[in-house]
Order: sequence, then structure tokens, then C-alpha cells
Amino acid sequence: MKYLSLMVVIPLLGALVTAFVPKHKPKTAKIVALVVSVIVLGFTIAAAFAFEAGGDRLQLSESYPWIPQWGLRFSFAVDGIALVLIGLSAVLVPLVILASWKDADDDGTGGRRNVPTFFALILALEATMIGVFAASDVLLFYIFFEVMLVPMYFLIGSYGGPRRQYAAVKFFLYSLVGGMLMLAAVIGLWVTAKDGLGHATFDWNEIVALAQGGGIPGDLQKWLFLGFFAAFAIKAPFFPFHTWLPDAGGAAPAGAAALLVGVLDKVGTFGILRYCLPMFPEASKYFAPLAIALSLIGVLYGALLAVGQTDLKRLVAYTSISHFGFIGIGIFAFSSQAATGSVLYMVNHGLATGLLFIVVGFLVQRRGSQSIADFGGAGKALPLLSGVFFIAGMASLALPGTSPFVSEFLVLIGTFSVNKTVAILAALGMVLAAAYILWMYQRTMQGRLNPKLAELAPMKKDLSLREKVVVAPLVVLIIALGVYPKPLLDVIEPAVSSTMTDIGVSDPAPTAATGAEK
Amino acid sequence: MSPVAWALALPVVPAIAALAGFLVPSAARRTAAGVGIAGAAAAGVVLFLQLGQEIPELPDTASSTLDGPVLVRFGDVAVTLSAGVSQLTWWVAAIVVLVALLVQVYSVGYLLKGDERYAPYAAQISLFTSAMLLVVVADDLILLLIGWEVMGACSYLLIGHDRKLPEAPGAAVKAFLVTRVGDVGFLLGILVLGFHAGGFRYGDIAAFMSESTGTTIFTVTALLIMLGAIGKSAQFPLQTWLPDAMAGPTPISALIHAATMVAAGAYVLVRLSDLLVKGDVRIVLGVIAMISMVLSALAALASDDLKRVLAWSTVSQVAYMMAAVSVGATATAIFHLVSHGLFKALLFLGAGAVIHMAKTNSMERMGGLRKGAPVTFWSMTIGFAALVGLPPLSGFFSKEHVLSGIYDTRGQTVLFVVGLVTALLTAAYATRAWLRTFFGETRTEGLSAHDPGAWMLWPLVVLAVPTVGFGLFAGLTPLLHGKTHPTAMGLTMTAVAAGIGLSFGIWRGDKAADPARALGPLQRVFARGFYLDEVQNALVVRPVYFLSRLARRIDVSVVDGAAEGTGRGIGGLGRLVAIGHRAGIPRQVVSVLAGALLIGAAAVVMGVWG
Repeated sequence: MKYLSLMVVIPLLGALVTAFVPKHKPKTAKIVALVVSVIVLGFTIAAAFAFEAGGDRLQLSESYPWIPQWGLRFSFAVDGIALVLIGLSAVLVPLVILASWKDADDDGTGGRRNVPTFFALILALEATMIGVFAASDVLLFYIFFEVMLVPMYFLIGSYGGPRRQYAAVKFFLYSLVGGMLMLAAVIGLWVTAKDGLGHATFDWNEIVALAQGGGIPGDLQKWLFLGFFAAFAIKAPFFPFHTWLPDAGGAAPAGAAALLVGVLDKVGTFGILRYCLPMFPEASKYFAPLAIALSLIGVLYGALLAVGQTDLKRLVAYTSISHFGFIGIGIFAFSSQAATGSVLYMVNHGLATGLLFIVVGFLVQRRGSQSIADFGGAGKALPLLSGVFFIAGMASLALPGTSPFVSEFLVLIGTFSVNKTVAILAALGMVLAAAYILWMYQRTMQGRLNPKLAELAPMKKDLSLREKVVVAPLVVLIIALGVYPKPLLDVIEPAVSSTMTDIGVSDPAPTAATGAEK
Repeated sequence: MSPVAWALALPVVPAIAALAGFLVPSAARRTAAGVGIAGAAAAGVVLFLQLGQEIPELPDTASSTLDGPVLVRFGDVAVTLSAGVSQLTWWVAAIVVLVALLVQVYSVGYLLKGDERYAPYAAQISLFTSAMLLVVVADDLILLLIGWEVMGACSYLLIGHDRKLPEAPGAAVKAFLVTRVGDVGFLLGILVLGFHAGGFRYGDIAAFMSESTGTTIFTVTALLIMLGAIGKSAQFPLQTWLPDAMAGPTPISALIHAATMVAAGAYVLVRLSDLLVKGDVRIVLGVIAMISMVLSALAALASDDLKRVLAWSTVSQVAYMMAAVSVGATATAIFHLVSHGLFKALLFLGAGAVIHMAKTNSMERMGGLRKGAPVTFWSMTIGFAALVGLPPLSGFFSKEHVLSGIYDTRGQTVLFVVGLVTALLTAAYATRAWLRTFFGETRTEGLSAHDPGAWMLWPLVVLAVPTVGFGLFAGLTPLLHGKTHPTAMGLTMTAVAAGIGLSFGIWRGDKAADPARALGPLQRVFARGFYLDEVQNALVVRPVYFLSRLARRIDVSVVDGAAEGTGRGIGGLGRLVAIGHRAGIPRQVVSVLAGALLIGAAAVVMGVWG
């Protein structure tokens, strides 16, 4: 079964169909989009069963010739890391579609919003997200990486909040700059591969094999690494390339923001693991201290910024900068535990922050404002919504028992074995996380009731059935994976240890292994 | 069932009740209350069934019977579902279940009628109970950590429950944040210890300690774990959250103070007392205990708020447990934990009854409540007497054992003297609170004393019985270790008598006035908890706000400013190019073209170079 290509093609076709639904039949468009995304989820589940944990590194491979002169092929294949991220996308998209059911509807102010296009864009985005994770050809990866921008650009720019134009252009330009640097590096890589292998290719396997054989000289590695890393650091985003995210996350419609922060940004950290580390092992080690320093700054700086935010969506965006810092630390600590933790973090952060953005979206839609000061005491009339909001917040601050805790713990334990100072400083971020989450919850849900809220009818409507259906799977996943993360870890660990082998890391053995087995 | 399953049944049963409770529609308050009561009662049944099993006297961490299945394997280190019950921990679980059950019952009378959010409230209590029981039975420190932190989240929700109190949400945030500071230390400590030991079970850590010759790692991890315990147990300098947490409903105060959260810190240190020895940090714990017990006893002496008096007294009494741990008298610490759990729950629930009739926490507006409320009066009298340590109440035995344990330990004279001073202060503040509440003339017009309804009354009676009798029968449990020392007992009783005499003497001079007036200007300092809140604000809270504002300014003007500046530069370049072409090409397209040029150039360079 050609799972991967189908999982790219189906949402793409779905997007086309949805886009051509007449504008006055928004409901049809929504249903088509939802059905397509559920079909994709079905394929993803089937693909996950077809994937053998502990089998070959890359599985479900497919390859079709494209431009033979350049050696470019449509090659798809996934390792455990890509698989779980595709899974995350496939889970989030139907939920986001359902959560955004009314977001694109005419709210009386925009007037010209096209509902079918909105849902078509989400499906197109899904196709590119799955494609970018599934690609096993470097140029194909780059193409998906760039094309991914387009639907998101329009989602922000056409369907976003008041500052949508500014935010969309900023998002686009930042990504474009990163993308160009990456393109330069991709071309450089191609030239090098042609010299080293004797034929033109963008094939990931061949290039990695070449790199592992020492076929890419050290200085060149550094330049190529920087090209890729710049793109990924902007995408992730790492400090100091993060300033587009609060604007984009703040202006994007909540569902799109959930996908932006939940999945799109993971392409950055995924790219580092999948491309930078195996292809440029020497350079990765050379730049690791810098990357860790940037990540650590991101953890604390993002958290401090989140503490002081007055805008709900921007606040959540800033928390993500802090979380991405954790992921970055985990990757560049170069230990299997930390890197496994990072990958798990990507998934869990997608679930937790996705839920947080979705719930914030429900709130913003009811209130018509995303300023924290406009809420206050909102929990009184919305017990269920505030309960889910609380769970999402607890997950975001990595409360033990929720899934993000497992990943944060793994990152810390893995980092501690390598660099104690970094681990301890990063742990400070956990205190700040409690601060920003609790203050946000206190200022919106508790305390004196904001008098304006009493006048707004929507602020008295607790979660509708549709909204319950959206949040329930995420809540269940967050708690289930918090107690029993083994299914994910089984898939992630082999892929991570291959990556660690690529950069020549063998894990430091625990000092008293004999004490472990009694 | 295996011993592990028996042990895990304890937290699982109330967890099921919590889950069921969260699913109960909020209109069905009575159902929710029933589910909560049933959950706690079922946990009690599990406890009794466990008596039919063979339970070791002390935690038997070396035994593989505690090992549960592996939950998750982090490389070489695994987290297991290991749990077990010993007689020592059984008693802690018993007090947790008893208090939780009574709090569920009591809440029906206290809150149910006027509270539309009663359903989640009852469920949160169930979850809280479950979390604490997980802490008690867990043999794997990561499991313990889950209970530990879930308890923190529940305490946040429960302290902030009362929407009518403007200070409640802030107090809830403070409780979570201050304990979180400790918890991060706790997490790091566990992480490092488990990583080096190759596992997170108590047994792994014990094995690691017996093998390893170094001490630094144990010192560091012991201090980190102690930080967590200090935060949860509200010991100096992380005690600031506890008095504010009185914003929570009174039954919640009983739950948090008597049996759960606050006790958890002392409990964990008991379980890890060997680590404190190995890391050679018991002296640190001793010093913290000394500061905490005196400081909070003084604060209790000066405070006018009845609940705050009890809150401060908790800090002081938990400090006794810490002191016992610091001299290695671990079973005695648990003994005091259990007896304190009994009388503090009794006092808080009694205080709830008092506040119910007086409609205020302020003792200034109480007085004379003895007449007309005999059950409340007598049960609180028993509670206060046990707190003071009058024979033959449970508090007498446990306090005597703590102080005798310290007395018997070489070189602990200072700790013993401080313990005596605290006993004196305890007697003084308890007497003062008792007199101010129940004696003299009523200081509020039209206040008529009356006992509460049956839901609130019976828990008081049920708690009063073991508060009186538990100490007498403690000899049958493994809690009563060591012996009381005659000299220590004589000195303690003298201190207690002096404390009672002082308060009573001053009070008799003017029965309407506060005996604490004798403290003069110090009263204000004590009542404010030595202004440590202000210190905390100045040293931690305000700097964080400042840093946050600073970061925001930097982010807008420097980081983003630089990027936007570059952007404008490129934009300008683009316009230049556009002008050059004399065509209205959109800016983005220009940048794409410019970029393509750049990349082409780069590729050529690379090609030549490669």
C-alpha cells in the first residue's frame, strides 16, 4: 500500500474539491473537508500499523522519477520521528477543522470571507505538512518546506485578526529568508554529492551515507549546516529569530494558530534532527554549544515574555518559544534520552499547545476580544470550558501525569548527564511556566466577574457538543500518554538512536548499573 | 491480589470516584457528594482489607514484592508501577482516608446548599485524596512525583474555590507557585538520584547509597529533595503560601493541613531519611525546623484570625516532625504526623463550625461562644488540649516522644531548648485562641452561639474520640518507638504550664482584650509573619516582573527592531530595484528574485569551492 503518497495526495485533492464548492454552500465545504481529513487520519493509523517499530530506519518507502537530469525523485519514506509527527498532524487537522467550524463564517465585519477557501487551505496545509515529514529527497523536502508557507500565509492574511496583514507578511518574509539560505545549502549539497558520488542525486539515504563516510569536508559542513540551521531556527523558532511567531500566532485564527505552533514549527526541530545532524555531524558538534545557548535563552526569555503578556494568543505563542527552547536543548545535548525526550516533546507540545490554542479560540470567539483584561471571572459561567482550559494549562506547565511531563523529564535527565548547568537553568523555566499559566488562568477565569461579560450571551454558553468532541480526544491523549508513553517511545527510540549513531554519540553509561536490577 | 495491587488500590479507588464525580452534571450536587463520600469510604474498606494481608512493620524497600510492571523505560532507567504498604505507611494512609472521608461529609453541611460548583469541588477532594495516597504507597519516586504535583494542582483549585473571596485566586496562585519552586528542586533531586542509581525505587536508591563511597551527590540531591519537602510542608523560607491558603473553604484547610499536602513533605523525608544521613544534611533540616517552629508559633500568638492561628500552628507542628527526622527519630515523626492529623483536622472542622456561627474569622468579634454550642466547644477544647500536649491526649504522647527523641540525641541541646520554647509558645497561643473564642462576653451584638447541623457535627465527634484515645493505644502500633525521658517530660510539662499560665494570667486582667497586646509593637510584626511576605515580594516577585517587562522591551526594540530594520533595509533595496525596473512589481516578488540571484551566486561559489 502506498500510504505516504496517498496521505499527501488525498488532502490535496480534498483541498481542490473543497475550493470549488460554491461560496454559498459553506456547510458542504466544511463537511467535505472534515470527511477528507478523517480519511487521512484513517490512512495514518493504517500506516502506523504497517510501520515496524525496531525495523529498518526508513520504512514505507516509495520513489518515483521526477527530473532525472538532476537526480530529483518523488521519494517518500518515514522513520519513527517522522511517523509520530505525521500522526500528530493527522490527529490535529480534523479537530482543528471542527474547532474552526464557525471561524470563517461571516461575522458581520469581514463580509468577504470565503468559507470553502478557508477549509481548502487547511487541507492544502495538511498535504504539505505530511509531505514535508514524509519526504526522503532533500530537494523534495525543501519544496514542501516552502510550499507549506503559502496556505498558512493566506490563512493568516485573509482570515486573521486585526493585524493580519502585517503578521502574514512578517511570517512570510522570515520564512522566505530562511528558505533561501536553505536552498543555497541544498544546492551546495547537491554539488558536493555529485562530486562525491559521481552522479547527481538529492536522495537522503545516499547523501547521509556519503556524509557518514566523511565525504563532506569539515569547513563545507559548517557552511551547509548554517544554511539549513538558519531555516530551521527561524521555523522552530529559536531565539533571536522568534519575533514573527507572537505576531503570527496572535493574528492567525485560533485553529490555524494551533496548526502553526502545533505542527508547522516542528518542521524546524524535525529538520535539525533529520537533516542537520546526520548530514553534517562534525558541524553539528561544532555549533552545538551555540545552539544550546540559544535554546536556553529561549526557555527563560520566552517564559519571561509570556509572564508579562496581556494578549491571550500572544501569550500562548510566547510559551511555545520557551518550549521550543527545551526541544532545542534536548536535540543538541547529544544524548539518546534527551533527543528522545525532544521528539516526544514535539508531539506532546503539539497536543497541549494545540488544545490550549483551540480553547483560547473558543474563548476569543465568545468574547470577541483576545485581550486578557477583557475576561476576568469568565469561569463562573463556563465550568466545562474553564476545566478544559485548566487541564490544557497544566499540560503546558508539564504537570506530572500529563504527557508533556514525560518529555520534559526526559530532556532534563538526558541533558543533566551531559551538562548539569544547562539542565538546572532550564528547570527554572518550569517555575516560570507555572507563573505564566496560573496568572493567565487567574486573570481570565477567576476573580471578580468582568461586568461586560455578563452582557454577552455567548459568554454564558458552555462547551457545545461540537466543542466537546474537539477537546475530548486531546484531553484523553494528554492524560493517557502522560501515564503510558510507551507506544510512542517504542517508535521514536530506534530512530533517535540511529541519529545519535550518525553523530557518533554513544551514551554515557549510568554509574551504578548494577543497582538497577534486583 | 499481589501486594502491589493492594497498595495501588488505595489511590485508584478515590481516583475512580474523582472521575465519576467530574462526569456528574453540576446540578446533581447530592449525587456528587454521595460519590465523593463513597470513594473515601471505599478507600477505607481497602485499608481494612489490607489488615488481612501480611504487612511488614517498616517499609521493606529491598523486597521485590513491591516491584510493579515497567511503565516506561528511559534508556537504562525505568519507571515502574511499584508500590507497597507497611504498617508505618498504613497509619499515614489511614489518617488520610479518615480525614478525607470526614471532610467529604462535613462539606455537605458546610457548602452544599449555596454552592453551585459543589460537584467539581467534591470530585477535586477525591482527586486530592487519591494523589496523597499515591504519595504514601508509591515505591517509585516518579509515581510519588505524580501524586505530589497533582496534589499541588488540586490544592490550587480548592484554595481558589470560593469565588466570593477576592483574595482567593491570588492565594491559590501563590500556593502553587511557592510550592512549585520547591518542586523543581524536588524533581531535579529525584532525577539526579534516580539517574545515578539506575532506577527510581527506594530500593534502587538504598542500593546505590550502600555501594557508593562519594558523598557530594548525596548532599546535593538530599538538599534538592529537602527543598521540595520544605515547600510542600510550608517550612521556612517557603512557608509564605500557607497562611494565605486560608482563603480556601475551611474543610479544605482541614484536608490540606491535617493529612495531605503539608504532611507529604515530612512523610517523604521520613522515607528518604537515610539519604539525609548519607548526604550529611540533617543539620540543615534541624536548623530549618527550629526557625520554622518558633517563627510560626510567634505568628500564631499574635494573629487575630482564628484560621490563621491554626495555619501557623501547622507550620510549627510540622516543624516538630522535621526536627524528629533530623535526629533520626523517623517513626516518632510519623507518630506526630498521625496525631497532629487527628487534632488539627478536629480543630479546623471545629473552627469551621465557629466561623459558621460567628460569620467571621476574626477572634476580636467572637468570645463567649461556649454557651449554646457545647459540641463545638468541647471538641475544640479537646483539639486545643491535644495541640498543647496535655496528658493523656494523643498530642501529649507524640510531642513527648519527639522532644524525648531530641533530648536523647547527643549534641542537640539547642534543638531541644527551641523545642521547649515552642511548646511554651504553643500552650500560650492555643490558650489564647481558646479563651478568645469561647470565653468572656460575646463581642458581636446579636451573635447567638449554636452547634452546627448533623453533617458538620458528627465529624467533630468522630475525630474527638481518637484525638483523646489514640495516644494511649499507640503502643500497639509501630509508631511508638523509643521511650519518653523523665527529664524531658518534666521540662516539657513545665514549659506547657508556663505557656498556659501566661496567657491565662494576662487574659484574666481584661477579659475583653486580646492577651497578645502584651507583645506591644511586636504583635504587628509577628502577626504579619515577620514581613517575610514583603521580603519574598521584594526579592523574588518584583524582580521577575521587572525582568518580564525588561524582556518585553528588549524583544520589541532590540530583537524585533533589528529584524524589522533589516527588513526595511531589504525593502528599500527592493524599492530601488523596482525603481530601476520602472515597473510595479510587488515587493515580495522582488525579494524572491533578489534571493534567487543571491542563491545562484552562492551555488556558483560553492561549486567552485567544492
